Amino acid sequence: MEKIGAVLIIGGGIAGIQSALDLAESGFKVHLVEKTTGIGGVMAQLDKTFPTNDCSMCILSPKLVEAGRHPNIELTINAKILKVDGEAGNFNVNILKKALFINSEKCTGCGVCAQECPVESIDLYNEKMVINKATYVKYPQSVPLVFSIDRDKCIGCGICESVCKAHAVEYFQKDEKANLNVGAVILAPGFDEFDPTPLQVYGYGKYPNVVSSIEFERILCASGPYSGMVLRPSDGDIPEKIAFLQCVGSRDIHHAKQYCSSVCCMYTTKEAVIAKEHQHQVNPTIFTMDIRAYGKDFDKYIIRAQEEYGIKYVRSRIASIDEDPKTHNLILTYESEDGKIITEDYNLVVLSVGLNPPNDAIDLSNKFGFELNKFGFCKTLPFSLEETTKSGIYVCGAFAEPKDIPDSVIQASAVSANVNSLLFPVRNTLITEKEYPEEIDVSGDPPRIGVFICHCGINIAGVVDVKKVEEYAAKLPNVVYVDRNLYTCSADTQTQLKEKIIEQKLNRVVIASCTPRTHEPLFQNTLREAGLNPYLFQMTNIRDQCSWVHIQDPEAATDKAIDLVHMAITRVRNHKSLKELSLNITPQALIIGGGVAGLTAALNLSQQGFKTYLIEKEPELGGFSKNIHTTLEGENIQSYLKSLISSVEKEKNIQIFTNSELENISGYLGNFKSNILNTKSKEETEIEHGIIIVATGAKEYSPEEFYYKKDERVLTQIELENILETSEEIKKKKAVIMIQCVGSRNDKHPYCSRVCCSEAIKNAIKIKKQSSSTEVIILYRDIRTYGFKEEYYREARKKGVIFIRFDENTPIEVIKENESLNIVFKKPDGNLLKAAADLIILSTGMEAPRNIDSISQMLKVPLNADRFFLEAHVKLRPVDFATEGIFLCGTARGPANIEESVSQAKAASARAVTILSKEIMTAGAVTSFVDENACTGCNICIRVCPYNAIEKDEMGVANVIEALCKGCGVCAASCPEKAILVRNFTKDQILSEIYALGGNLDGF
Amino acid sequence: MVDTKKTEEVQVIIPANEIDKVSDEKWEPKIIAFLCNWCSYAGADLAGVSRIQYPPNVRVVRVPCSGRINPLFILKSLQVGWDAVLVSGCHPGDCHYISGNYYARRKFSVLDDLLEFIGIDKGRINFSWVSAAEGEAFAKVIRKITKKTRQLGPNTIFKEDQ
Repeated sequence: MEKIGAVLIIGGGIAGIQSALDLAESGFKVHLVEKTTGIGGVMAQLDKTFPTNDCSMCILSPKLVEAGRHPNIELTINAKILKVDGEAGNFNVNILKKALFINSEKCTGCGVCAQECPVESIDLYNEKMVINKATYVKYPQSVPLVFSIDRDKCIGCGICESVCKAHAVEYFQKDEKANLNVGAVILAPGFDEFDPTPLQVYGYGKYPNVVSSIEFERILCASGPYSGMVLRPSDGDIPEKIAFLQCVGSRDIHHAKQYCSSVCCMYTTKEAVIAKEHQHQVNPTIFTMDIRAYGKDFDKYIIRAQEEYGIKYVRSRIASIDEDPKTHNLILTYESEDGKIITEDYNLVVLSVGLNPPNDAIDLSNKFGFELNKFGFCKTLPFSLEETTKSGIYVCGAFAEPKDIPDSVIQASAVSANVNSLLFPVRNTLITEKEYPEEIDVSGDPPRIGVFICHCGINIAGVVDVKKVEEYAAKLPNVVYVDRNLYTCSADTQTQLKEKIIEQKLNRVVIASCTPRTHEPLFQNTLREAGLNPYLFQMTNIRDQCSWVHIQDPEAATDKAIDLVHMAITRVRNHKSLKELSLNITPQALIIGGGVAGLTAALNLSQQGFKTYLIEKEPELGGFSKNIHTTLEGENIQSYLKSLISSVEKEKNIQIFTNSELENISGYLGNFKSNILNTKSKEETEIEHGIIIVATGAKEYSPEEFYYKKDERVLTQIELENILETSEEIKKKKAVIMIQCVGSRNDKHPYCSRVCCSEAIKNAIKIKKQSSSTEVIILYRDIRTYGFKEEYYREARKKGVIFIRFDENTPIEVIKENESLNIVFKKPDGNLLKAAADLIILSTGMEAPRNIDSISQMLKVPLNADRFFLEAHVKLRPVDFATEGIFLCGTARGPANIEESVSQAKAASARAVTILSKEIMTAGAVTSFVDENACTGCNICIRVCPYNAIEKDEMGVANVIEALCKGCGVCAASCPEKAILVRNFTKDQILSEIYALGGNLDGF
Repeated sequence: MVDTKKTEEVQVIIPANEIDKVSDEKWEPKIIAFLCNWCSYAGADLAGVSRIQYPPNVRVVRVPCSGRINPLFILKSLQVGWDAVLVSGCHPGDCHYISGNYYARRKFSVLDDLLEFIGIDKGRINFSWVSAAEGEAFAKVIRKITKKTRQLGPNTIFKEDQ
């Protein structure tokens, strides 16, 4: 059957959007089908995201806009799958496009129809806490920004039709059927939040002051029901005491929700921190069994929540809630860790609800013919968490297993790698190129500056007097238009921006909002769409560097914002149109590290026909996985690894360099040159490649504590597993004690190593299977068996494994008495525990390998404080580096298990293919140039240039090789004749900012 | 962490009567900060994301690299009345442009000597390393510089020029 170069993605949440963008950038036509009336998913409902407290809408908005405006992504909203035929490579999918009753082509999103609509309806985006209208839009920043009419509520009065200036209201619109022919299907329908109503013990739905966590998220949000004030529903008072109850609809065998929902511990902490930030009177307490902060930098966030925000954690599960009917306060009774029964009043209770499979899971499974697992989520294949039981149908995001945003984004890119390897022969067969209008020549025209000031919800406008800033800006010379926007980055504002540029004949634009580091490309693209050169633009940061850091001093923050806007306006007058450079792309890849991650990425790239160089410092491929026998789920790692290595070795597009290291590297995106040194033979090979994937891995922490290496009865989990797999020695042991967090979550390694809890439970179950009479005790701080791994925690307890918690403040001691090995520590209930062990097993953490700094410095990519590589953005660019063309995967990024490393490797590969699949890419226009008349040929610039990008031409004048120039400006700062300048950072441009507040440019 | 040696070394001692003179007026120091795009600007953003509060006296100019800063920019800044100047870049070895920050360091060391020679108060010029992961460090630098500039009083170095 003929393969089709198009993909159907079901679900427009962050996972679906990421897959859509990756695949559209890799030469495929994407149909993104969403069941509601707007994309964005749950992330669009969130106020902030952990662990950075990034504003969720702010980081999501650019992606929404990008997906909405991409020429190769077709959005279909309010749609349903009807019927599916075909097989991998060629599916026919019938969909039903439900009528919106408003013509989406004509609708401008102005919202007059909703203002005038007399019918009140319930706002689902705000979790039913707000009333909206029968004519509505899902949320104000929605993409596409199209209104629709809820015909169940509509009374047919005709008001909206009469007020709509665009004549977009069509009462008689009918549902439409459509047929999509695609090569692959990606399932990204996300999750449904658990509905706590049936659990009567919590009184949800009965007591007004018991809310779900997603409702609380909306309460916190500036665009939520109380405009970001933390108020309780019964009387609008500020709830001084808030209790968060964890694991509602998770880890609960009685309500058939046995799995851990993976995200609740972190989002609850975030909600508690943000609540405290919004309303200082609030004192949150979190009732939880374990604190599952297993992700990158999560533990630090928990510590900050406790130490800086005073968030209290109580290790207890609340059985039921009572209400004081007079005050509507809630009465909680619980047992503390030292066994006391405590009864306390709280003003508000937040139920941290878990993640359920989406309600259309069974329907999707029937129509597409893939299986669900026993929890009702999508069943996935071992070592390939993105493959369903049906070929050509893939899954990503929370539908595969409950997970947070970065893990969903990783999977979304990983799934793109699967589609790439299925459909690469038909790449670029169904796409259209993005076309921009012809650029307006503004050279010689006097500046006409437009200034747009962002409220960022209340993030800016809550501190800075934006109206005052607006009035000030309007008075400055050449400013012809000033406007304020609720969110300047949202899709509707982009349309407005374009309209205003054309209407007001603007030839310079200033946007005062957040940081240009994330939002500059979005706005520059809008300029291009309006026919303006993207460099006729200046952004100034009045949020991250103003409103957020001067919360207590609105007046001074306003003064500062005024100055910053003034500087930007003065600067933009000196901006000129610049032309971007085209780069040829070498379709070859370099992968550093031959462990599971590196191997997976190499195989995926080479299968698509890209020549791949794989370097490994050891004599053999395989990395750390060579030491592990099985996964927690019981899959055989060694046979998987063997077949992976043999596939890589057979692949003709892969050149393997073992015993090798990267010697040096030069070049840039699409055109790297590297030397690989064989450390044994000293042979050097020079290679050319377009991208780099860093998969350098991590190493096991080698313990110095607990008599390790000093007493043979003290072993690591890896050593124990080896004994269990190769002998029956365990039958001779009466008692095995495992100690968790050895080399993790301490001062030297202040992070969780993520895999050790699973490792311990895996080996504990193995021991019990081999020798049920052997006693196994696991000493832990928190058991972090996230997602479906929770099942094995339960199995271990069922098999009689004993779990005892210890506190970081009461360290465990191993004492040798005569010949016996004893463990002594104080339990959280205050009692002393002393136990003898035949074996003590240390659950050792992961740490960065020793040579990591040299790779970091050679590639110019950063490490974080824990010496793992730092990605470009924690949430939304988890496998990218800030430097273009370099990607990251596996344990070099941070602790991860094998299956997660495989997903990351596929994700890195898919991100790399967005570059490798193109012949030409455009690079920035910020490079140096020489004024030939002023250059005296003194050679200083040539000597200082870090990239060897300047040479002397035959006339004896400096000449810049633009493809090599990165625009750092060292040359410009060093030239005694001021003959060499950097575009967009010229002397005049920088001086104009310095002079904005006094003096003038004349005479310089 | 920030190379505190650089930012702390200039301990300015001002006679008490001079401080009184300054605090009489409602003067607020205005400081111009040149931050490199990759480290210090990102560090300043991180301070924002983490809501770490610092004095509102700084106005930031984003530059690609601290190496882009021509000593001229610093002198011009003082000349037009900014009360102090901060140049902040990546830590040694971390420069996004390989070595730009080393060039910057060398230039400022020469500039320092020159200023001393011509009798301009060195305390108004500050140099620091702040990485993208150091929000708190950035806030600390700003707190310190604001305090120091407040003690120095309004910049009148080039007053006779204007």
